[in-house]
Amino acid sequence: MTENNSTPLIRLSAAQLAAKLAAREVTAVEVVQAHLDRIAAVDGGERGVHAFLHVNAEEALAVAAEVDAIRAAGGAAAEELHELAGVPIAVKDLIVTIGQPTTAGSKILEGWHSPYDATVVQKLRAAKMPILGKTNLDEFAMGSSTEHSAFGPTRNPWDLDRIPGGSGGGSAAAVAAFEAPLALGTDTGGSIRQPGAVTGTVGVKPTYGGVSRYGAIAMASSLDQIGPVSRTVLDSALLHQVIGGHDPHDSTSLPDPLADLAAAARLGNVDGMKIGIIKELHGEGYQAGVENRFNESLELLRQAGAEIVEVSCPNFKYALGAYYLIMPSEASSNLAKFDGVRYGLRVLPEEPPLTIERVMGATRAAGFGDEVKRRVILGTYALSAGYYDAYYGSAQKVRTLIQRDFDAAFAKADVLISPTAPTTAFKLGEKLDDPLAMYLNDVATIPANMAGVPGLSLPGGLADEDGLPVGIQLLAPAREDARLYRVGAVLESLLEEKWGGPLLDSAPELTASPVVEPVETLVDAQEAK
Amino acid sequence: MSTDAILSFEEAMEKYDPVLGFEVHVELNTKTKMFSSAPNVFGDEPNTNVNEVDLGMPGVLPVLNRTAVESSIKIGLALNCKIADYCRFARKNYFYPDTPKNFQTSQYDEPIAYDGYLDIELSDGTVFRVEIERAHMEEDAGKLTHLGGSAGRIQGADYSLVDYNRAGVPLVEIVTKPIEGAGSRAPELAKAYVAAVREIVKNLGVSDAKMERGNVRCDANVSLRPHGRERFGIRSETKNVNSLRAVEHAVRYEIQRHAAVLDSGEPVIQETRHWHEDTRTTTSGRAKSDADDYRYFPEPDLVPVVASREWVEELRATLPEPPAARRKRLQADWGYSDLEFRDVVNAGVMDEIEETIAAGATASVARKWWMGEIVGRAKNADVDPGQLGVEPATIVELSKMVEEGKINNKMATEVLDGVLAGEGTPAEIVEKRGLAVVSDDGPLLEAIDAALAAQPDVADKIRAGKLQAIGAIVGGVMKATRGQADAGRVKELILEKLGVSA
Repeated sequence: MTENNSTPLIRLSAAQLAAKLAAREVTAVEVVQAHLDRIAAVDGGERGVHAFLHVNAEEALAVAAEVDAIRAAGGAAAEELHELAGVPIAVKDLIVTIGQPTTAGSKILEGWHSPYDATVVQKLRAAKMPILGKTNLDEFAMGSSTEHSAFGPTRNPWDLDRIPGGSGGGSAAAVAAFEAPLALGTDTGGSIRQPGAVTGTVGVKPTYGGVSRYGAIAMASSLDQIGPVSRTVLDSALLHQVIGGHDPHDSTSLPDPLADLAAAARLGNVDGMKIGIIKELHGEGYQAGVENRFNESLELLRQAGAEIVEVSCPNFKYALGAYYLIMPSEASSNLAKFDGVRYGLRVLPEEPPLTIERVMGATRAAGFGDEVKRRVILGTYALSAGYYDAYYGSAQKVRTLIQRDFDAAFAKADVLISPTAPTTAFKLGEKLDDPLAMYLNDVATIPANMAGVPGLSLPGGLADEDGLPVGIQLLAPAREDARLYRVGAVLESLLEEKWGGPLLDSAPELTASPVVEPVETLVDAQEAK
Repeated sequence: MSTDAILSFEEAMEKYDPVLGFEVHVELNTKTKMFSSAPNVFGDEPNTNVNEVDLGMPGVLPVLNRTAVESSIKIGLALNCKIADYCRFARKNYFYPDTPKNFQTSQYDEPIAYDGYLDIELSDGTVFRVEIERAHMEEDAGKLTHLGGSAGRIQGADYSLVDYNRAGVPLVEIVTKPIEGAGSRAPELAKAYVAAVREIVKNLGVSDAKMERGNVRCDANVSLRPHGRERFGIRSETKNVNSLRAVEHAVRYEIQRHAAVLDSGEPVIQETRHWHEDTRTTTSGRAKSDADDYRYFPEPDLVPVVASREWVEELRATLPEPPAARRKRLQADWGYSDLEFRDVVNAGVMDEIEETIAAGATASVARKWWMGEIVGRAKNADVDPGQLGVEPATIVELSKMVEEGKINNKMATEVLDGVLAGEGTPAEIVEKRGLAVVSDDGPLLEAIDAALAAQPDVADKIRAGKLQAIGAIVGGVMKATRGQADAGRVKELILEKLGVSA
């Protein structure tokens, strides 16, 4: 963003904050405090954003103070500080952390504290990035609106009556509302990219295996991936470099050394690159304003020297159906461990006998919300003897076909492009009772998860009809995440030039709400219902 | 306990032809667990050898133990199996509190080893080939202890305790093809097969192979069909038969029980059976049908196991001598006759004799103790000889004491009983029971004087050269010393005393 000395700290990007911290123009404690103040001002209360389920003020300030002390002392230790040391971050509450509760947005884990840190959290700690807190999500990351959180929905900072996307609505809203410069999300079918699109932020789903999943509470193991959420493409690249790389605790993590993603973001050149429009991922079913902004981006890239080609991925039309068999199948098994035996909620049946089976049943009945139950039942059914081949088996074949479509597309284009989501943010409650309509939100993001390829969503402007953010999605071949940052940074700068500044500068000011502990309020409100 | 009717084994055999099948679970003795870095150690305080992975905490992921894969390949090779060059794990989904994730990570339709066989030598030397369908990798479950109620079973228990130390311990499950044609030797074959598997995994060094600790656990499938019929009968699966003798007994009992059921005109129920060592019977467990739905699907958190030809050949090169070759070598080394050696094998004490010899005993001494003393005691106690807990060092110590004349053979067997009764080491028992041979001549001479004085006429006869009369005096001395005197020495001293040369 355009920066001058009067710019408030919370409106600076992570890269800008890192530069100021390194130059000792500002202390990490000041930076963290500014964000804590912002959280206190806009997150709580009845009309608060409610991006956070837990605020980790004490630890964040302590880490910041440690960074400041190291910088003040100078010498080798100061030299060795990570470039993002002291830059605060929010963590999706699906990722386990020592010292803070991890709920996965579910009552079944309410009050649970993990005895271990996720690998990505260890990496944040190693880089001395203060963790501001844990962000809201659809329960177990199942949803596209954050309305399925057991602790109440998150609101979209662009319009508090609208959804911030999901499942990672908390992380996207926190970054969009300037409560954090960076956040971690998880993306199984679009949970980083679709919230990014509807909140005007940047979100990246890395190549499957590019970031360790150890400590991310699994929804669908073969699809889940942790990734960065930020306001700029460069910031996502910087964070991606912190969390990426091989992890011996995750057998599916890639052994490859991490590419210099920040360098790719800084390169800023698409001259001679082939960018492929996916025929099946725009047009019919896409909001007119989304389509307009998408075409505008294509034109800017063309002007910058890219060659725009059209590719066809005919099997993408089966992706959503196949996804809704594979994801619930894996989820039904991954969520079996939540049974009240070892940790988390335990509910005893009202009537005797008090058998283990009945305790497990009562716990799961009380602890899981409707969407989780829906998917567990769907997955259990799809894996059942006699149905396995028709459902799970066929879905895996579709997956292979989608991979082949990508292979063919990437033979013609270096990077693929599409709108991230078919619509802008819808109203809270609008699709809550229509699961199929909700699922359709992820139609453009799901293919990347099915094939394991990386995807990035960046703001493409505001839709003419509703003035809400539109996301542009870039997709690259597996292990070629650097291309996303290279093209994404170019498009971002062309768009910002056109707008005269970052898109979020045109977001409405959030008015300060009374300072209320957000989680408690909403939990109480829910229970009162 | 059981009220099931049974037929005599002979009658059952006259009417029916048994078909067997075995699932033997072998716990591998890797340092760490199948999918986590927690220690794989038996007998520690409950829930101490666990980490977040073993407890199925949210967010954890498995990482396959390479040594466990190597051990599994070695087992496969020793069972003459083919080794899959590519195989995967699956999830077996079921809710039970001994399984922390509520699914077991196990190989399903892609076992690491398949299509093998094992040649089993029966007691008369005939060789019976058992076909191996597959050997696959999986993880063990935790251990539940049901308290309150009866018989330690979950039904009727007030509550249950769970120990996850065993959860995630690497297992290899070895599954046979249906074993036909064993006839009346089925129980013997059952025992010999499990003994052979146990011997192989012990010999490979991949398992501690202690059945009493559950390192080797056998599920025995039995079905009967009328002679001449090809189609198999309905089977029962007797779970966790955990000693060699019990395997033999359980198969025999199930044959007798099935025969009685079939004779009554009722169908055999397909179910699991619990084995009761005390009554040597089985009771009904859980109904088991082929339609049990575990909703298997490929484990998405693990990558496929790829066993290159080079790796497999490398492992093959490290395999120890196969048991049959080993038996040949041991017999030659020990100098036992064919009959002596077969008796040793059939008694199940070959390993024990080998260990005893390694501990310092001669081959004949080791055989004398194991075959002459310990096997008989095991039979009386109704356990496998190895389960009596006789340490090789004990035998070495006992035989040394006899050699040195500290105790005689009669005393030595008494000391062995003391060791088995847990009274201590041989030296301690000799001390406690005051069993040492009296070799100090002082007390002996006193006893001799007394005996001679008591029977002056006998003394005269000896002096007169009737040496065979000496027995009466020796007897008197032995009586006086309560058998602790060395009879040979007593004889020498009497002759010396009377001035008679032998």
